Amino acid sequence: MIQFILKGIIRDKNRSLLPIIIVALGVTLTVFLSGYLAGVFQDVIQQNARFETGHVKIMSKAYAQNKDQLPIDLALLETDKLKDELQAEYPDMQWVQRIKFGGLLDVPDDEGNSRSQGPAAVMAVSLLSENTQELDRLNIRNSIIKGNLPKENGEVLISNDFADRLEIEIGDEITYVGATMYGSMAFQNYTISGTVKFGNIGFDRGAVIMDISDAQQILNMENGATEILGFFNNEQYQSESAEDIVKKFNAQYENTGDEFAPEMQSLEDQNGLGEILAYSNYMSQIIVTVLILAMSVVLWNTGLLGGLRRYKEYGIRLALGESKGSIYRKSIIEAILIGAIGSIIGTLFGLLATYYMQEVGLDISDLLNQSSMIMPSTIRAKIIPSQLYIGFIPGLVAMVLGNMLSGMGIYKRETAHLFKELEV
Amino acid sequence: MKTLLKISLIGLLILISFFTQAQITADQVLDKVKDNMNANSTITESKMVIRGKRNTREIVSKGYAEGNEKSFTEYLSPEREKGTKMLKLEDKLWIYNPSTDRTIQLSGHMLRQSVMGSDLSYEDMMEDRELKEIYEATIVGEEKIGDRNCYVLELNAIVEDVSYQTRKTWVDTERFVPLKEDLFAKSGQLLKRVKLEDVKEIDGRWYPTKINYKDMLMSGEGTDFIVLDIQFNPEIPDYIFNKASLKR
Repeated sequence: MIQFILKGIIRDKNRSLLPIIIVALGVTLTVFLSGYLAGVFQDVIQQNARFETGHVKIMSKAYAQNKDQLPIDLALLETDKLKDELQAEYPDMQWVQRIKFGGLLDVPDDEGNSRSQGPAAVMAVSLLSENTQELDRLNIRNSIIKGNLPKENGEVLISNDFADRLEIEIGDEITYVGATMYGSMAFQNYTISGTVKFGNIGFDRGAVIMDISDAQQILNMENGATEILGFFNNEQYQSESAEDIVKKFNAQYENTGDEFAPEMQSLEDQNGLGEILAYSNYMSQIIVTVLILAMSVVLWNTGLLGGLRRYKEYGIRLALGESKGSIYRKSIIEAILIGAIGSIIGTLFGLLATYYMQEVGLDISDLLNQSSMIMPSTIRAKIIPSQLYIGFIPGLVAMVLGNMLSGMGIYKRETAHLFKELEV
Repeated sequence: MKTLLKISLIGLLILISFFTQAQITADQVLDKVKDNMNANSTITESKMVIRGKRNTREIVSKGYAEGNEKSFTEYLSPEREKGTKMLKLEDKLWIYNPSTDRTIQLSGHMLRQSVMGSDLSYEDMMEDRELKEIYEATIVGEEKIGDRNCYVLELNAIVEDVSYQTRKTWVDTERFVPLKEDLFAKSGQLLKRVKLEDVKEIDGRWYPTKINYKDMLMSGEGTDFIVLDIQFNPEIPDYIFNKASLKR
């Protein structure tokens, strides 16, 4: 019977073409938007985690209260010991030390006078130590535009845009001017080993990346760091595990009264990422629900119009002795088939559109010129497993629902009326 | 008769001095303050006591100043700061650091940074205009600071490019030395409080030898600037206020 109905669908384009197009369009939209939202939100979360928040982050209590100002005088000290303890306590996580600080980069001319200057946002990470994961985590190797990774202390990476602005080349010497964690003046000469571009407006504007030992030396912060970041071994954020670790860790220092005692925060506790995570889930649910409802209403109308157009056919079939129930069931099977065809086409188109946005992306750097938020400058969608069913199911359900509602009319028809309509 | 005449004369003098004082204008107060605080040139040896969250540091420096537009400071201790020199010529500020052997001109937002972790910013150090040039002053009352009677002056900026839109200054009515100053932002927020203490008579002028600068947006007790030795109007050779002297 299915084969018979399928033949009918293929042969009678008037019956199937419009519903298939509508279902396919709705499913394409649902699938693409799901992939788009997943890509955008995941990028934002991952960029923030890798560069800023970690999956969990430890700071001193005083630093945590003023973290936006990067108060290096409130940094954590004896961090090697703390890091070792954390590694022993939570072996399924990787713990890394970082220091973030600001200052002035000064480029000398031939006579040693200031030729150009710019405010620098320095991120000190483990670049030179063996087996460091930071190069991969921050995608530093692939972000190098010119030159190489630092090979020894005293060499730094600088963002490509910043280097262009300061008119400096690989091998040039620059001077960092700032303050130590105790407020003394900090001066240090560095050599540019390479330039990087992360595709992140905040960092590409004026970032300098140096080895953490260089930063500890210049900031008078031996065995210290402004933050210790924890990453799950699989690099995927696990909300519940992170919350458990945060509770357990913070309980140890709850009543110390020491403002320099460590405090741990999860990714969701920082930079409003908890709200972004919740928002992304709500947005996905809302978009899918709205699309199902909209598609159902449209398909209900399509089904009604189709049903009305096929009243003569139903009348003849009833006149030939086919039962109302049989006609209704067959129209539902027909709807399932049309819904399935539309959903398959829609899912395919949705996945193709998502793949295109995943590979090519949309450059929004012009919109982010004044933004300080960690946002990727190219928006990319992401193909996720749920896209295989997130559009297919509502496409099918909406089509069947629309036909079930429109088909109700069949039961309300009187055979006498049908004959009258047929003008028999 | 003579006694009566004496009493009348003394009474008259008191009355004159009372009326003279009562009629003193804010600008006159500022002029008298300037006579005390400013000199054609000064050589000052001073100590800055900077109270940080984790420790207290003392930085000793020797400063040369000529008028309001030229100054040269050399940091003498501690070891980390020793040899660092600063030269200010009009609105330009250069810093020399011996470890990098670089002379760097500070500009832009760096001028708002703290000097050596103190509650003073480079911008505070750079302000060289006379108060009367950039503020309109009014005497708004009299108050006591400790046991000293003070005029309370309110200064409102009459130019755009000022670090503090409003200042409230307490000036000793007898010695004409400021004893306290509150510095406000355009929004009216109190940004800094300066307390001037240990007023001593040096070379015929009254001068505060301990000044506490407190950044009101930061916790802590502020930074003390203690004058160890000061010479007014000494001869300062021209080469001091030259960029070459930074590397000397």
